[in-house]
Amino acid sequence: MPKAGVTERQFVRFTRLQRILHICMIVSFMSLALTGLTLKFSYTKWASVLSHLLGGFESAGYIHRSAAVVMFGVFTTHLVDLYRLKKREHGSWRALLLGSSTMLPTRRDLTEFVGTLKWFVGRGERPAYGRWTYWEKFDYFAVFWGIAVIGSTGLTLWFPVFFTRFLPGWFLNVATIIHSDEALLATGFIFTVHFFNTHLRPEKFPMDITVFTGRMPLEELKRDKPREYEALVASGKLEEKMEEAYPPIVIRAIRAFAWVALAVGFSIVLWIIYAMLFAYR
Amino acid sequence: MPETKIVRRKWCAGLGIIVATLLATIFSLLFSAYPGRAARPETDQPGAECLACHGDKDMSTTRAGKTVSLHVDGKKFASSVHGSLGCTGCHADLEGKELPHGTPVAPVNCGTCHPTEQEQHARSLHGRAIAHGDPLAPRCVNCHGNHDILPVKDPRSAVAALKVPFVCGQCHREGTPVQRNRPIPQSNILENYSESIHGEALLKKGLSVAPTCATCHTPHLILPHTDPASSIARRNIAATCTKCHSQIEAVHRKIIRGELWEKEANVLPACVDCHQPHKIRNVFYTQGMADADCMHCHADQKLRRARDGQSLYVDVGELSHSNHQTNSRNQKVACSQCHSEVNASRVRPCETITHEVDCSSCHDEIGKQYQSSTHGQLVSKNDPNAPSCKECHGTHGVLGRQDPQSPTFATNVPRLCARCHREGQKAAVRYTGRQHEIIANYTESIHGKGLLKGGLTVTANCTSCHTAHHVLPRSDPESSVNAANVPTTCGRCHHGIEEQFENSIHAKRVSGSAKELPVCNDCHTAHAIRRTDEDRFRLDIMDTCGRCHAEIAKTYFDTYHGKVSRLGYTKTAKCYDCHGAHDVLAVTDPRSHLSRANVAATCQKCHAGATRRFAGYLTHATHHDPRKYPLLFYTFWGMTTLLLGTFVVGGIHTLLWLPRAFQMRRELRAAEAEPLAAPETPASKESADA
Repeated sequence: MPKAGVTERQFVRFTRLQRILHICMIVSFMSLALTGLTLKFSYTKWASVLSHLLGGFESAGYIHRSAAVVMFGVFTTHLVDLYRLKKREHGSWRALLLGSSTMLPTRRDLTEFVGTLKWFVGRGERPAYGRWTYWEKFDYFAVFWGIAVIGSTGLTLWFPVFFTRFLPGWFLNVATIIHSDEALLATGFIFTVHFFNTHLRPEKFPMDITVFTGRMPLEELKRDKPREYEALVASGKLEEKMEEAYPPIVIRAIRAFAWVALAVGFSIVLWIIYAMLFAYR
Repeated sequence: MPETKIVRRKWCAGLGIIVATLLATIFSLLFSAYPGRAARPETDQPGAECLACHGDKDMSTTRAGKTVSLHVDGKKFASSVHGSLGCTGCHADLEGKELPHGTPVAPVNCGTCHPTEQEQHARSLHGRAIAHGDPLAPRCVNCHGNHDILPVKDPRSAVAALKVPFVCGQCHREGTPVQRNRPIPQSNILENYSESIHGEALLKKGLSVAPTCATCHTPHLILPHTDPASSIARRNIAATCTKCHSQIEAVHRKIIRGELWEKEANVLPACVDCHQPHKIRNVFYTQGMADADCMHCHADQKLRRARDGQSLYVDVGELSHSNHQTNSRNQKVACSQCHSEVNASRVRPCETITHEVDCSSCHDEIGKQYQSSTHGQLVSKNDPNAPSCKECHGTHGVLGRQDPQSPTFATNVPRLCARCHREGQKAAVRYTGRQHEIIANYTESIHGKGLLKGGLTVTANCTSCHTAHHVLPRSDPESSVNAANVPTTCGRCHHGIEEQFENSIHAKRVSGSAKELPVCNDCHTAHAIRRTDEDRFRLDIMDTCGRCHAEIAKTYFDTYHGKVSRLGYTKTAKCYDCHGAHDVLAVTDPRSHLSRANVAATCQKCHAGATRRFAGYLTHATHHDPRKYPLLFYTFWGMTTLLLGTFVVGGIHTLLWLPRAFQMRRELRAAEAEPLAAPETPASKESADA
């Protein structure tokens, strides 16, 4: 329970830019998913209603392409941010990519994965995870893969006349299949597995909002990322990373946004299940 | 023949006269000492003895208080046709009488030499009147004169063609005792005749072959038209007129086709029904002869048929505005032309009517069409619902279809047909076909809106497609809406489209297919025809084409164009945007919109800058067909495998995690429940929850 006048200090996990990028990503991803799926599941009444709600297929297409531009922007900004991070904290790409807080999969990730499976089946303790767990790294690179695959095919479909100057016409058909099925994979995965892993895990239920606030209670850091906590304590840098928690009103606003995003995500999942299982043609 | 007889008889008479004259001369020479005769002058002249007295211009006598001249002009007599006969040739009772003869002299009997004429005259109206002692009845002399009779061919003759009207007119002129006191139904006879085409020809143009009174009424056997033997009886009038107008059937209106006209003169109108006697004009005729007679009774609003109480009132106002009275040809139709069974010789001329009015006696061609139509067939089966002419056209007030007041005027036709064909009405309930809500659909269709809302009278109405009188069901090969005839029917207005269609793959002539091919209404529907730029049409067309092209329509929906269409938008390409509408051809046809040479241009209609390679996009592709589209098939299954694999791994990972996560939750809650054991536990998260 918060004590009046006393603000708790929390561990800062994400920078302001990272949080903004995640929010932009959520908005653009949801928009892309909603507008894109109306076409993919055009045979459902759902799709028709949604398409009209969005202002028609042309308007939906406009939203889709605008969101795609935002997504590309998020991606590019992140790459630029990585470059600045390298300059600011690591000095070299090597240090960034092979350091203790790397996003790249490492041998330790494999051991942790095996350890986690053992823990799941009751044959070991919970591994002491570091700053980035293997499933977080998987999610991170899934975005790279998604942007590459969905983005490239999307551009082909956006500018078919240009691309067919050097690509055969049937490539557009192939691109359509890849674009839409990869998008289905992305939405399906994000709105189920990702939601569960990072937001909806029972011990964090109803919601982990660290990605929006950027802060997590120190206890939680100790529990979830013990290795990182210990490293910070050992290096004496923990105190640098502590900041005051947001006031309750901000938290409430963030939760409201998160609930909406969650609701949209789950609706889309239900729609996909309905479309795939009961109305597929 | 009678003329030659007369000639022969005249010859005989002439010979007899010559012989008699010779004998008389010899006789007179022998008895020249006879005192009374020796003093006679000019013995070479015939009847010289008679002229001795009758040559005196002042000779006269008094009969019934009137002075009557007894003068005979010897010269005229001598030059007359009877001149050679002498006086006693006619005044036979004076033959050999002492002179001066006694009085009275017996009337001359022309029949002695002219027995046929006399017999005819005796049977005629005139002859019978004489027999009744009618003082006004004409005898031979009244027309032919007496001592100055000339051959009929002689223009100076009293009965020469040009004089006949005046001879007859002596009595049959307005104001004469005959016209005033005898029952003669016609008035102004001479006046009317003189203004008629016949009278004009004779009297103004001097055309001596023009018919005179005697041509129609005969010279001697003049009988009233009510007498069946009369030349002007209804039954005989046609024969009388065709004496001159022998080829009238060939050139006259169809209703007067020879046989019927003469044999069934009681059914069909007689010449005089239209061409009124004496008034015959070189124009169409203004008034039926019997109209006034009919209106004598039928103008009464209370007049009803005894049998069923139906009103028999005829509204003159309505009638006078009808097309039968005011049509563009100025051809007025008389009551009796439609109600043709009337018999003018009856007191109630209409009592002989046994049939309904048969319009086809004038509207022959239309009548034939109608007979073979569904409507006509129902009538011939005595079906109570069957529409006859009057159901649509009305009766006395019938108007032409150009008249906006007419029920058959273009904008009124749908309402007219709706009376029976609207859902629930008598024709609609008997109908077993596929077309329903015909009237409602038509009203909302492009044709219906054009006609009823746009007021565009050239827009197709019911009869434009079904015809007015030859209405037949679609199944009948003769029907205008039979599949084989539909392109022609629609092409009557949409000619350019018909031309395109007839050259398309859908035309039997082009495809040579034995299958049932679509015609206009298969895509456009029959009654609910929409504008083709309307959303509903553009969205329905895929299903429409898909009725036959099932597979290709299905795969269309697997691609972008189809998916957007499925969402309910019309902007993406529909079947005909690429394949063409009425000019659709096989894609292998070089003229097709999708042939190698044309396809890029077709895509460019929407995709500016599209190339031949762009057109390689598979617009009907499906990823379900590994033989036709292997690339799509394997791409799809590759992606699906990736998707399923990811979900299986992610899903199992998550499911395995769940029990541990719940365990952690329980432990956390337990720790929170002991606040003293963990006084420094951060509570910001929970506080936010609260």
